[in-house]
Amino acid sequence: MSTINLTLHVWRQSGPNDPGGFKDYQAKGISTHASFLEMLDVVNEELAARGEEPIAFDHDCREGICGMCGMVVNGRPHGPQVETTTCQLHMRQFKDGDEVWIEPWRARSFPVIKDLVVDRSAFDRIIAAGGYISARTGSPRDANEIPIPKEASDLAFEAAACIGCGACVAACPNASAALFTAAKLAHLSLLPQGEPEQQDRVRKMVSQMDAEGFGHCTNHFECMAACPKGISVDYIAKMNRDFLKAMITARTDLPKREKQ
Amino acid sequence: MQKALTLADSTVGKKALLAVSGLVLFGFVLGHMVGNLQVFLGPEVFNGYAATLKGNLPLLWGTRIVLSVSVVTHIVMAVQLMGRSSKARPVGYRKKDNAVTSYAAITMKLSGPLLFFYIAFHIAHFTAPGLALGNYEHSTTDVYANFVSAFTIPWVTALYVIAQLLLGLHLYHGAWSLFQTLGLSHPRYDGKKRLVAQVFALLIMAGNVAMPIAVLVGVIPPAG
Ligand code: HEM
Ligand code: FES
Repeated sequence: MSTINLTLHVWRQSGPNDPGGFKDYQAKGISTHASFLEMLDVVNEELAARGEEPIAFDHDCREGICGMCGMVVNGRPHGPQVETTTCQLHMRQFKDGDEVWIEPWRARSFPVIKDLVVDRSAFDRIIAAGGYISARTGSPRDANEIPIPKEASDLAFEAAACIGCGACVAACPNASAALFTAAKLAHLSLLPQGEPEQQDRVRKMVSQMDAEGFGHCTNHFECMAACPKGISVDYIAKMNRDFLKAMITARTDLPKREKQ
Repeated sequence: MQKALTLADSTVGKKALLAVSGLVLFGFVLGHMVGNLQVFLGPEVFNGYAATLKGNLPLLWGTRIVLSVSVVTHIVMAVQLMGRSSKARPVGYRKKDNAVTSYAAITMKLSGPLLFFYIAFHIAHFTAPGLALGNYEHSTTDVYANFVSAFTIPWVTALYVIAQLLLGLHLYHGAWSLFQTLGLSHPRYDGKKRLVAQVFALLIMAGNVAMPIAVLVGVIPPAG
């Protein structure tokens, strides 16, 4: 089993009001089979043994499905490997002697709670604004009771792969939440159950996205490149299309949401 | 009473207005270039073209009004959106490694405002008396002579060429980005759409660069 040594530059910030700064650490004898988070676990154990405060980072499933983990590693959200969450990133992606810069997601709407942990409740509020179906769904239906074209279900499924990690916001030069919002809209509105409320949903979620203070989309497509689930910017085009259509054709007005 | 949500309240709506006004400007610069290329056909054709435009008052004023509205919309939306986004990341990254974006896309907020100054200068240069910038009399009928006199001055030609490179850069991103902004996307034509838009952007740049340089090197000669 081969091991590597790394120099880490880690963002340390004791709380929301601490200005924070980078601190250097040596990660020694790291197995190339370890995951990035396991590497940080090793560093943290040493810190704890020395009586220092361990590096705080979010994680839960460690298998790439919950969306809790995430940090900007050498300038890329979730690190250098495409379509991979930080917890699934393996140390074999790094070479002995590498320097690794580790920073939290940076966005006004994602304030740092501590070190690499950010508050992503802005995403929850976007969902709460309309990312649901309000009809009672009852007990499970018989299969194929509602016909759904294969293409629509595939597209909805791909959008539903979004784990809400926030890498899209972290990657975007404008800190825009367009890809997240677009995915959460599409996985509902592409299906017959989500279609009836589509016009309200798109207007409510887009205006909540704006109210949270995210930037606008300027089509750099950095979000798609950073997304651990490879969600396509085609959903952003769909969101734009559906929003513009709703603003022009909807028969009811919606109240304007005030900026946070 | 609570206000109703309007198109211009949202980033998506503002960006759509930016895209529509950008599309109008894109169409204009294309027509402007094609029209001006007639300068290669000599003074009679070019001055005839200019007289036709000036003689058609509905066309002239229609274009002026549509363009003015578009320019104002484009700039107001751009400034508002840029202002919003500049606040969206108060603490930046120590290290940021962009994966896929282009130089043209990153520099939109630079090429745009620079184009504004160029447009203001360009309109003044060919319309305001006394701004002819050279040893010649500005004429309101012999547009060909104005054209040739202007670009025999090397720094004027250089300035215009630089401005056209900026326009090419702005449209290299803008000309296809606007379709995505307006939600016009389909896997069947997305790849081609980007290519066609970028070819148009580069054609506009090439045509506009060719004219002043052709004057400078004598390919477009002084009349008579
Ligand atoms: C001949 C003049 C111009 C043309 C043909 C033009 C065209 C365009 C087009 C087609 C877009 C794409 C819109 C989209 O992405 O949806 C765009 C975007 C933009 N334009 Fe212009 N524009 C011109 C002048 C200006 C000026 C004077 C400004 C200065 C304020 C400006 C600032 C911007 C900005 C900031 C964007 C947004 C870039 C982005 O979203 O990444 N443009 N323009
Ligand atoms: S910890 Fe669950 S996705 Fe990484």
